Amino acid sequence: MTLTLNRDLNRDLRSAPSVVKTKVAVRNLDFFYGRVQALHNISIEIPERIVMAFIGPSGCGKSTFLRTLNRMNDVIPGTRVSGHVSIDDHDIYAPGTDVVELRRRVGMVFQKSNPFPKSIFDNVAYGLRINRVTRSSSELADRVEEALKDAALWNEVKDRLKTSALSLSGGQQQRLCIARALAIRPEVLLMDEPASALDPIATSKIEELIFDLKKQYTIVIVTHNMQQAARVSDTTAFFLLGKLIEVNATEKMFTAPNEKLTEDYITGRFG
Amino acid sequence: MDLHRHLDDELSSLRDRVLLLGGEAEQALERAMFSLNERYSDVARQVLDHDDQVDRLEVEIDRQCIDIIALRQPAARDLRFVISVAKMAPVLERIADHACNIARTAIDLNNEPELKSVLDLSRMAEHALSMLRASLDAFTSSDAIAAREIIQSDSEINDLYNHTFHRLIELMVTEPATATRDARLLFVAKHLERIGDYVTDICELTVYMAEAAFIKHSIKS
Repeated sequence: MTLTLNRDLNRDLRSAPSVVKTKVAVRNLDFFYGRVQALHNISIEIPERIVMAFIGPSGCGKSTFLRTLNRMNDVIPGTRVSGHVSIDDHDIYAPGTDVVELRRRVGMVFQKSNPFPKSIFDNVAYGLRINRVTRSSSELADRVEEALKDAALWNEVKDRLKTSALSLSGGQQQRLCIARALAIRPEVLLMDEPASALDPIATSKIEELIFDLKKQYTIVIVTHNMQQAARVSDTTAFFLLGKLIEVNATEKMFTAPNEKLTEDYITGRFG
Repeated sequence: MDLHRHLDDELSSLRDRVLLLGGEAEQALERAMFSLNERYSDVARQVLDHDDQVDRLEVEIDRQCIDIIALRQPAARDLRFVISVAKMAPVLERIADHACNIARTAIDLNNEPELKSVLDLSRMAEHALSMLRASLDAFTSSDAIAAREIIQSDSEINDLYNHTFHRLIELMVTEPATATRDARLLFVAKHLERIGDYVTDICELTVYMAEAAFIKHSIKS
């Protein structure tokens, strides 16, 4: 069911590209860890409300690039970025950009689930509280419930919201982290290998969740699992040695990519 | 790298099998036509006896394709190759089935007095065989240009079929005593015409495999 819907959307996207708005636009982006250039002249546009997967071998720069989209690399000493990254036509590296506000708009879910050692409720409420988003405890509770429902976790935890988040299974913890990211209603969700540590059932739940979330959010997912990229994404970008080699509709990418390097990678003949 | 080599080995084995099936189909057609032209029923019976082996080979290819898709999850050119083979195997098996039908007709006709030679039937068979051989070569070398040329040449078989059809109808009218046997030859002509269509299918799959382009039913991708 999910795959069919996914493919239908792909067709829609290609048949009517003019109606798709660009959410994230990157132009001529270079990124350096000290003297080492990790990204070379990346230009890409990410349309609104689709899932874009980044694939490529380890060290190719896909996670580094993901982190440039909400300036998470800023916290790493010695890094430097040049070029343009804009969200809704606003340059996120422009002087005076409110990075906290940027990260509210561009949420992130990491490879390893990282719930706080607090209750399930407090984990989801955390961002809402520090950003002073809600005005009353009932509004806070509503937003927590909404986020947990969006993350397809509500039915599993609604009777134990006060128990420790650490008591949840790995898959549930990852969905809790997604709920925590969703609670502050981001516009873009960055996911760095969100299911790499999960079993197939938990992975399947995360993938179904990603499919549902794209109705509301623009999602960018880094994955080493090419089948996962094929299953969940509408478009796929292939990175190699810090360069963006190809961006294409996922079904095209996995059946007939344009670039030989992409073909060699996804057929396992790389190197 | 070993895993990738393993996939390459499996794909290579799959290629060998489908070419073997192609060879069987080609041989079945060649023998069936020989038995018809030379009135040699033993050869026709060999074709029929051999058909089980052709069927088994098709099933083996089916299984191998399913295993590769399930276990190796091929992508891009590997996926196109496996899908093409999976769709090509039943086409080749059907060509062998048509050859069996010709062989059955040959056995029936060989028990009756010899008919006047209908020259175009042999020409049709030669053309069908030549197309089949060329289509397997195009598949082996992933040659989309050659595959497209073979598709174009199917019209020649169609023309020969139309000519043969009218010639046999004429014979049925002018020599009613042999009409039943002529009708059998008409079926042979139809089998050969269908084989031309199946070879076209093989070539369309080769184009898909080589270029990821869908050209069947004149659909452009």
